[in-house]
Amino acid sequence: MSREVVVTGMGMTTPVGGDVESNWEAVLGGHSGIIVIPEAWVDVQNAKIAGIMAVNPVDVLDRVESRRMDRSQQAALVAAREAWAQAGAPEMDLDRLGTVIATGIGGVTSLLSAYDTLLERGPSRISPHMVTMIMPNGPAAIVGLEIGARAGVHTPVSACASGAEAISYAARMIQSGRADVVVAGGAEAAIHPITMAGFAAMRALSTRNDDPTAASRPYDLARDGFVMGEGAGIVVLESEEFAKARGAKILGRYAGAGLTSDGHHIAQPDPEGEGAARAILAALDDAGLATTDIVHVNAHATSTPQGDIAEAVAIRRALGAATDSTYVAGTKSMTGHLLGGAGAIESIYTMLALRDRKAPPTLNLVDLDPEVNLNVSGAGVTDLPGGDIAALNNSFGFGGHDVAVVFRSV
Amino acid sequence: MSQEDVLVGFAAIINEVAGVPIDDVQLDKAFVDDLDVDSLSMVEVVMAAEDKWGVKISDDDAKNMRTVGDAVAFINANS
Repeated sequence: MSREVVVTGMGMTTPVGGDVESNWEAVLGGHSGIIVIPEAWVDVQNAKIAGIMAVNPVDVLDRVESRRMDRSQQAALVAAREAWAQAGAPEMDLDRLGTVIATGIGGVTSLLSAYDTLLERGPSRISPHMVTMIMPNGPAAIVGLEIGARAGVHTPVSACASGAEAISYAARMIQSGRADVVVAGGAEAAIHPITMAGFAAMRALSTRNDDPTAASRPYDLARDGFVMGEGAGIVVLESEEFAKARGAKILGRYAGAGLTSDGHHIAQPDPEGEGAARAILAALDDAGLATTDIVHVNAHATSTPQGDIAEAVAIRRALGAATDSTYVAGTKSMTGHLLGGAGAIESIYTMLALRDRKAPPTLNLVDLDPEVNLNVSGAGVTDLPGGDIAALNNSFGFGGHDVAVVFRSV
Repeated sequence: MSQEDVLVGFAAIINEVAGVPIDDVQLDKAFVDDLDVDSLSMVEVVMAAEDKWGVKISDDDAKNMRTVGDAVAFINANS
């Protein structure tokens, strides 16, 4: 008998807001956080737009702690403090407290900045904090130290599926009895001329530079690629038994996850959506739910020409006729794509949709691609039904990683 | 360069690197025991001091800098 896992804290910092409630207000209101990157280096880039965190973490954190952290670690710490405070910062046996925070790329901007220092000033001027700033487990380690976690600090890496994989890993830690409480999520801050050039070289990025807020347009016929975003999303997961015993308010219910892989291509999605569909069905099986229980899908929906269609095929392949009664939303239309942070912030949006019974809009959906046979939410908010409902968050990553996570209403 | 000038310079560096209040940085204070400057931050203090005063501080020299006064004396003797 596996233990029930509930959510008692949520925190986030993204291009549309510095905390959870400002994020949700912005997302329900259809506000885009995409701007032209305010740096001189964008002049020579093909893609010049991104979602920059609305609240700079260094303006929130202590100056000395900030300078020892990569920006992805700063974002994780800001979001973790919000989540941990909302959970009531439980005093507990720290051997039963874990942390699982993912990233797609880790401290890449710190690494590249250190390389500039190496070339300009030599090896003796490399910061003694550089190694702990660039390691991919850095955000998990920083947050683990902050709360004193001793049940294990982990960092799954699966590109853009990393954040969702972290949440599923954390839930497993609780279900298997390794921990009572796990702080979990994902963080990314990888906006740099090299990453922008690399994704642009794959022709993965939107180049709608003259109209940034219209650039991320999942499922729209005129979509031309994803838009980079940055930030973090963190949740506090705990066993229902532990949460109830300490009188914590339950904000959401983790129901299950499915993790598969395509076995198809290093960067392209399987056009048949077979692996993604298996992940969705595995998540439903893990949750003990039927396809008809899913009333809302926060889709991966990055706004790439191929990816959006492959996901649409996968959703219909998995949910069948029930697809017609579920509302699909692509919130990357507003936040951009947070890579390793995406699955985490979108899991939070999914739980907020269940809480308020409102599916968020998909911004910039003007002409639905005829190959997308889904009920995609348009410009407005869609009401979700009452009673016990469930929703799905999909995340897929380069490498062929497919992760689906299911949440239930409280 | 006066001892006072070097002390003021160290106070600014230690404040920047480790967040120690400037007024707390006094000659008799030990980096580790009094000011809570850990070994990684001490590496940063040494780098910044080398840049500021144009001196070379070896790892052995740095190990002998137990107090702020030791570091000030080193700078005065070598710059």
